[in-house]
Amino acid sequence: MASYSTNEFKGGLKIMLDGDPCAIIENEFVKPGKGQAFNRVKIRNLKTGRVIERTFKSGESVDAADVMDVDLQYLYNDGEFWHFMDPNTYEQQAASADAVADAVKWLKEQDMCEVTLWNGTPLAVTPPNFVMLTVTDTDPGVRGDTSGGGGKPATLETGAVVRVPLFIDVGETLKIDTRTGEYVGRAKE
Amino acid sequence: MEVDSDWRPTASLDVLKLRASLLARVRAFFARLDVLEVDTPVLSRAASTDPALSSFKTYYHGPGAVKEEPRYLHTSPEFPMKRLLAAGSGSIYQICKVFRDGESGARHNPEFTLLEWYRTGFDHLDLMDEVERLLKDVLADVMPIDSVQHWSYRELFVEIAGIDPFTATVTELGMLLQSTYGVTAVGLANADIDAWLDLLMTHVIEPRLGNGLMFVRDYPASQAALARLRPGSPPVASRFEVYLNGVELANGFHELADALEQRQRFDIELEQRRDRGDEVVRTDENLLSALRAGLPNCAGVALGLDRLLMLASGSKCLQDVIVFPFDSA
Repeated sequence: MASYSTNEFKGGLKIMLDGDPCAIIENEFVKPGKGQAFNRVKIRNLKTGRVIERTFKSGESVDAADVMDVDLQYLYNDGEFWHFMDPNTYEQQAASADAVADAVKWLKEQDMCEVTLWNGTPLAVTPPNFVMLTVTDTDPGVRGDTSGGGGKPATLETGAVVRVPLFIDVGETLKIDTRTGEYVGRAKE
Repeated sequence: MEVDSDWRPTASLDVLKLRASLLARVRAFFARLDVLEVDTPVLSRAASTDPALSSFKTYYHGPGAVKEEPRYLHTSPEFPMKRLLAAGSGSIYQICKVFRDGESGARHNPEFTLLEWYRTGFDHLDLMDEVERLLKDVLADVMPIDSVQHWSYRELFVEIAGIDPFTATVTELGMLLQSTYGVTAVGLANADIDAWLDLLMTHVIEPRLGNGLMFVRDYPASQAALARLRPGSPPVASRFEVYLNGVELANGFHELADALEQRQRFDIELEQRRDRGDEVVRTDENLLSALRAGLPNCAGVALGLDRLLMLASGSKCLQDVIVFPFDSA
């Protein structure tokens, strides 16, 4: 199995730690003038999303994690798994609820998502930064209100609930920033 | 299309001016004290045996070349400066580039500027006072020093981390680091106690030192490096470290003058290198001969000028005060 020395540590490197795939966020070299050198590392566990700190004696090696990000098209949910497909090879992947996690509320069929594969199996799903979703439920729109103040909740076709301006009506398609969960604007036809 | 490389300096012109003025003030300080500026070789047949230091290695080709004989870039000018002292130079100082393989980070650049000086007739306590005078003098206009603290290594560990470094076991240090401070170490299972003490020092104590100037002295005998040992229970090394605003800035010794003890320490360090699979470098026989001829009673200290400039300019990392850091050199 491939491994990395602490000298190769840098942000983004994928390593195995305690049996879980992790990504290095930050790597700091620490060494007293007359003493032992260390790499003090901030690491994100890619399964749980938790960020932990670890200190490695410099020169140590760790196993590389077979993790890669691929762009896949979301197809459908069968009640248990969320199915994705590589549009070039038609190869399909089934992601569990743990892997899909919070991305579930933004998943719209046909949209391209970034799927993180670990040993060839989906580990995490990142929705597109912006998605176009149709409003399925909200209070009736208030014409002429462009103040932008206040706002109201609107339920979207995927089940997500976002705050929208008062003038938005059921049936309209909205552009949403999935990173913040905020309304950006009406989708342009 | 040609793409321009990142050729510009990372340090600002203001920082360069500050560097020049700090260097001028350091030289003026030593001129007033009649301490002689010297210049010793960067490339040497021998290298530091210290297992914590790694030397860059190169080869000379040409007239007088000895086949397959490496030359090492010095990690500090200590050995040739001691040869000068033994030859009767009197107190001396040097400002030079030194080179340390494997050290790169926000507080490390593989080549950096060191100020190293030796004072005959001084012990480490006298030299600590002089370090304080020098720093107060050169920083007077940019970062006046208003707090000076003195600690022994033991007091510091007891006060800040609640553990006695002279009696603690590896297990106790590991427990304390993990349960009290949340520091989990990988790869230290077979490490000696000093590696664990270094871990506690760098991860727990240093971040809690606060601002101001701080001297730490009387290190465990196992961390004596080139300092004299003072008998006692336990024996301690006449070594000190200088911290400024929590950043390690300088390391000094009441210099070991005993040639036999120096050779024994070199041999122990070479053995450690052999055990770890590190390069077994050539011992500096010229230094040992000089010690046998007689090193005057003296104390010496090495101070990182880039770190001093980093602190004096309020910079966050060394790369902000070095014109062309290692990556863009």
